[in-house]
Amino acid sequence: MPIFDFTDYALLLQLVLPSLLVALVLGVLGGLLSTVVIHRDSSFAVHGISELSFAGAAVFLLIGLDVVLGATVGSMLAALIIGISSTRSRSRNSMTAVLMPFGLGIGILALSLYPGRASSKFSLLTGSIVSIGDTKAITLLVISILILIALLFTWRRMLFASVDPQVAQARGVSLRIQSVIFMILLGLAIAVCIQVVGALLVLSLLVTPAAAAMRVTSSQFVGPLLAVLFAVTAAVGGMLLSLGSFLPVSPFITTVSFAIYIICFIIQKINQRNVNA
Amino acid sequence: MTNPILQIHNATLTIEGRQLWSELNLDVAPGEFIAVIGSNGSGKTSLLKAILGQLKLDSGEIKLDGEPIGLGNSNIGYIPQQRALEEASDVLVSDLVRFGLAGHKLGFFLPSIKAKKKVIEALRCADAEDFASRSFGKLSGGEQQRVRIAQAIVSEPKLLLCDEPLSALDMQQQQIVSTLIKREAKEHETAVLFVTHDVNPVLDMVDRVLYLANGRFSIGSPDEVLTSEMLTKLYGTPVDVLRNQGRIVVVGATDHDHHPGEVWH
Repeated sequence: MPIFDFTDYALLLQLVLPSLLVALVLGVLGGLLSTVVIHRDSSFAVHGISELSFAGAAVFLLIGLDVVLGATVGSMLAALIIGISSTRSRSRNSMTAVLMPFGLGIGILALSLYPGRASSKFSLLTGSIVSIGDTKAITLLVISILILIALLFTWRRMLFASVDPQVAQARGVSLRIQSVIFMILLGLAIAVCIQVVGALLVLSLLVTPAAAAMRVTSSQFVGPLLAVLFAVTAAVGGMLLSLGSFLPVSPFITTVSFAIYIICFIIQKINQRNVNA
Repeated sequence: MTNPILQIHNATLTIEGRQLWSELNLDVAPGEFIAVIGSNGSGKTSLLKAILGQLKLDSGEIKLDGEPIGLGNSNIGYIPQQRALEEASDVLVSDLVRFGLAGHKLGFFLPSIKAKKKVIEALRCADAEDFASRSFGKLSGGEQQRVRIAQAIVSEPKLLLCDEPLSALDMQQQQIVSTLIKREAKEHETAVLFVTHDVNPVLDMVDRVLYLANGRFSIGSPDEVLTSEMLTKLYGTPVDVLRNQGRIVVVGATDHDHHPGEVWH
């Protein structure tokens, strides 16, 4: 059986249009948010929150409630605990490391007790956007767009507080408030991302795009735009590729995302060599 | 004195039960350069934080340009101690300076010709226009502090607060950076409060010295304040001020925490 089979592609495309829209908006969101994640040195927090989000979704699945709501409750709890506990990277990391196995454990417990189909269990960890129904897609779209609006509204202040906290504080920016806003937006975004790429692979949309962009530019205008371009390419491109395959969507998204990073890494090395030469 | 730009009246500040200074009175004129010195823990940095509105006074008041101070004021420029940016050193110098212009506002960053002109002008004033398109993290300590000056003056503030801007720099860079700050004070009538643990690099530039020690303070010209009699009175223990080849060394001044005598060199 071949991995790819692109017959009936047009028909499939129509079916997954809502999911493609989710991927598109998530790409824009992921590109911008990953920029802040990298500036705040919060990659590890992203991973930790996604495990807690997974736990929330699994528990809600077990007790017969909405999975998106469960993911949101889980990630918001984790994000707020991490965000309020500290604005400093070091104590944030240890807090994350403490929360993460706890969340994963609860999630595994809930899934073991869940009597339903195994595939819906597995998709929380590794994602499957094609299984997203239209109503769920609309919920995810609305949440994503709300996060996006909030992020753009506070963008300049958020970057200032993240890149240059000391001077930002001197100019009256509250680092604590920015930290809490960031964590709320991050928590919500993770809850959405989990439905698409799964808890284990959230990093590919919320860290990798900006990590790649910052390899090739330091600009605060070009960098975020490039990260958005990368994330959209990974999310939408990965999904389009997966349509012609029986494989789940997440490996395609993560592979495209990683490939972009590798290319940027090589470009950076070439640039450095040219500077040194 | 012309109308003072900064007025501190009867200010008292206590942190964690310890009174840093009390009944502090200081009027700063436009263009005046004041060095704030004293041992570790004497409340130098806390004074800057109080002026920035980050610390609340127990009593007294601080006015900037006749208005009570609040949190966040574009009439105040702030130059921090030189150190690597923890979060991301991979920031374009021109972007970092632009943060000083309007980074505290809401909304999205958009390319703007007007903002760019101001950023370039500020970098020029700090002799740092060559760094505009470089990464901040790749600059030397002295170069970074020149960018910090540009970032602080880009909003055309009336008061510059400098928090140990020379520490971690070598002597030549200290000279360059302090001279640039002095030039800014002169050319744009910007008042400067310059916190430093070593007064020597700025000794010929300062108009007055504010010396904080053991909850007391003394204000005046360097010749009035930096004497054995004055500092002995301030510390309450014998202190010697030695002058050697235009440099000042204070011997026997103890920190609040009673470390053995801190010596300036």
